[in-house]
Amino acid sequence: MADLFDCIISTKQTFGGCTELVLQNGALAACAAQGQFLHIQCGDQTLRRPISICDVAGDSLTVVFEVKGAGTEWLAAQQVGAVVNVLGPLGHGFPLVCGRILVCGGGIGVPPMLLTAKGAEAADAVLGFRTASREMLTDRFRAVCTDVVVMSDDGTCGKQGFVADGAAELLKKHTYAAVMACGPKIMLKTVAQAAKKAGVPCYVSMEERMGCGIGACLVCACKTTKNGEEGYRHVCKDGPVFAAEEVCWDD
Amino acid sequence: MTDLRVNLAGVMLKNPIVVASGTFGFGHEFADYYDLSELGAICAKGLTVAKKDGNPPPRIAETPSGILNSVGLQNPGVDYFCAHEMPYLKQSGTKIIANISGNTLDEFTELAEKVSAAGVDLIEVNISCPNVKCGGLAWGTQPESAAAATAAVKKAATVPVIVKLSPNVTDITAIARAVEAAGADAVSLINTILGMRIDVNTRRPVLRNNMGGLSGPAVLPVAVRMIYQVACAVKIPILGMGGVASGADAAELMLAGATAVAVGTALFQNPYAPIHVRDELQAYLEQHNIPAASALTGAVMPY
Ligand SMILES: Cc1cc2nc3c(=O)[nH]c(=O)nc-3n(C[C@H](O)[C@H](O)[C@H](O)COP(=O)(O)OP(=O)(O)OC[C@H]3O[C@@H](n4cnc5c(N)ncnc54)[C@H](O)[C@@H]3O)c2cc1C
Ligand SMILES: Cc1cc2nc3c(=O)[nH]c(=O)nc-3n(C[C@H](O)[C@H](O)[C@H](O)COP(=O)(O)O)c2cc1C
Ligand code: FES
Repeated sequence: MADLFDCIISTKQTFGGCTELVLQNGALAACAAQGQFLHIQCGDQTLRRPISICDVAGDSLTVVFEVKGAGTEWLAAQQVGAVVNVLGPLGHGFPLVCGRILVCGGGIGVPPMLLTAKGAEAADAVLGFRTASREMLTDRFRAVCTDVVVMSDDGTCGKQGFVADGAAELLKKHTYAAVMACGPKIMLKTVAQAAKKAGVPCYVSMEERMGCGIGACLVCACKTTKNGEEGYRHVCKDGPVFAAEEVCWDD
Repeated sequence: MTDLRVNLAGVMLKNPIVVASGTFGFGHEFADYYDLSELGAICAKGLTVAKKDGNPPPRIAETPSGILNSVGLQNPGVDYFCAHEMPYLKQSGTKIIANISGNTLDEFTELAEKVSAAGVDLIEVNISCPNVKCGGLAWGTQPESAAAATAAVKKAATVPVIVKLSPNVTDITAIARAVEAAGADAVSLINTILGMRIDVNTRRPVLRNNMGGLSGPAVLPVAVRMIYQVACAVKIPILGMGGVASGADAAELMLAGATAVAVGTALFQNPYAPIHVRDELQAYLEQHNIPAASALTGAVMPY
């Protein structure tokens, strides 16, 4: 059950322009699921910062994040042994489906797909990066996936092209029970189109600025259609993962 | 034992800590964290006659010690609230305040009639929302329109009526006096202060609505000042709010003249904030040998 937890940082690493923290808290780890996020208190910032769960193992949870502004800068400056306060695990993550799945991650959308790939019966991955120096976690995906395709915007690692191009190729080669994706909106939209073309259900993890993180303040609105009715649902509680066909992409 | 009970316009609250409209939804989310009966009262999300989608995102921006929001009164409509949310809220073991917002005087009357019939304990009339184009703030900036909205609600309300005042005015005491004269049983303040932030890299406002309402610790001194001024100007009780994050903050608003205090933005950092505020307030009262919370109201000793 989601609650406030103090977590001790047990490991810290940097790679691909990102910081990885391993957080120790058995009670939190025990209830965390793929695609959920943690709302992390970063110093004395008024608002918590939503960061996806990248991996869970035993009593520990891994988060991987990029420094954007004051909050993530504070978090990246914390050292092993420091305590961070977390509200979580929050949101509805990726569904558990039977059969082989395709996970797609772009940039900082790559980390949350790791736990999702690990939780599947079988999984392939398409991971997209801007350039070789931003590449991350590919070895860990190779350890849990059958096929891992790396794409880059400039061709400096893997194949040059977009995540959706890689996804379209794999969708031709194999039969999937579902496609699951996290990354920039334009990537999610194109991956969803590729999945639709192949007739495979697709789930996407959306991003929006948050307040409470638990569904009460209604600030994290995302336009969706459900049962034919268009309206705002909320990324923190209804999401962050939505069925791709419910998302209003051009809003 | 310290007596935490306070009497807000004839309604006895078990403690002075209320949760602010729009920051607590209809309570469900927080029931996972503590028993809602611990609260003095729950002020529900603002209601309109028809369902409202609210403004496009982003709807929140962080500011030094505060936030801007531009939710725009997203809500399922008053009928849905009465049929589907009230049964749950009614059994929560605390007092329920409905927060209503109309585009016309007739709408205010209709809203008051419906939420009264649904069994709320108090009605808070929002004449101060900065995030909707029609209605909202427009009612709260002139004494005449504020009084008209109050009278329209009073006509149909069968429970005490609190009028929520806007800080976005030149003289808040003139509005407070006008709504008192129109029959308001209490006033609440402050609603959010109109603000704006711009991303200097993109030259775009951070909020899709361009502007939004400022809340959180940054507004606390403004709330204290306005509560103090209004307490000097009217006889009806005050529900104070604006930046409360600790027991000392709550005590400060009460000393300025508030009978009860609402906690809003502090919930975003910590869902337990109202419980902590209540416990800290109790500790403060014990430490100062004050036997009853109600003794704090208006007890500031101004120079
Ligand atoms: C469900 C979810 C999961 C996320 N997972 C990750 C992750 O695993 N790794 C990672 O690096 N980033 C992730 N993000 C984005 C991350 O939340 C932002 O980069 C971070 O909040 C920026 O905070 P800041 O103080 O550094 O930046 P600032 O720009 O100073 O932040 C100012 C305010 O805007 C908000 N904000 C700014 N950018 C974003 C954004 N992209 N999304 C949501 N809020 C934002 C901040 O939370 C803060 O309230 C996720 C976002 C969401 C919604
Ligand atoms: C996200 C958000 C939504 C709000 N929605 C409403 C509302 O629907 N009706 C209303 O009267 N006030 C609304 N408010 C104002 C609060 O009830 C309160 O007056 C204000 O935020 C100041 O208190 P605080 O600093 O403790 O948050 C909202 C505030 C926030 C932050
Ligand atoms: S952040 Fe409050 S509803 Fe999503």
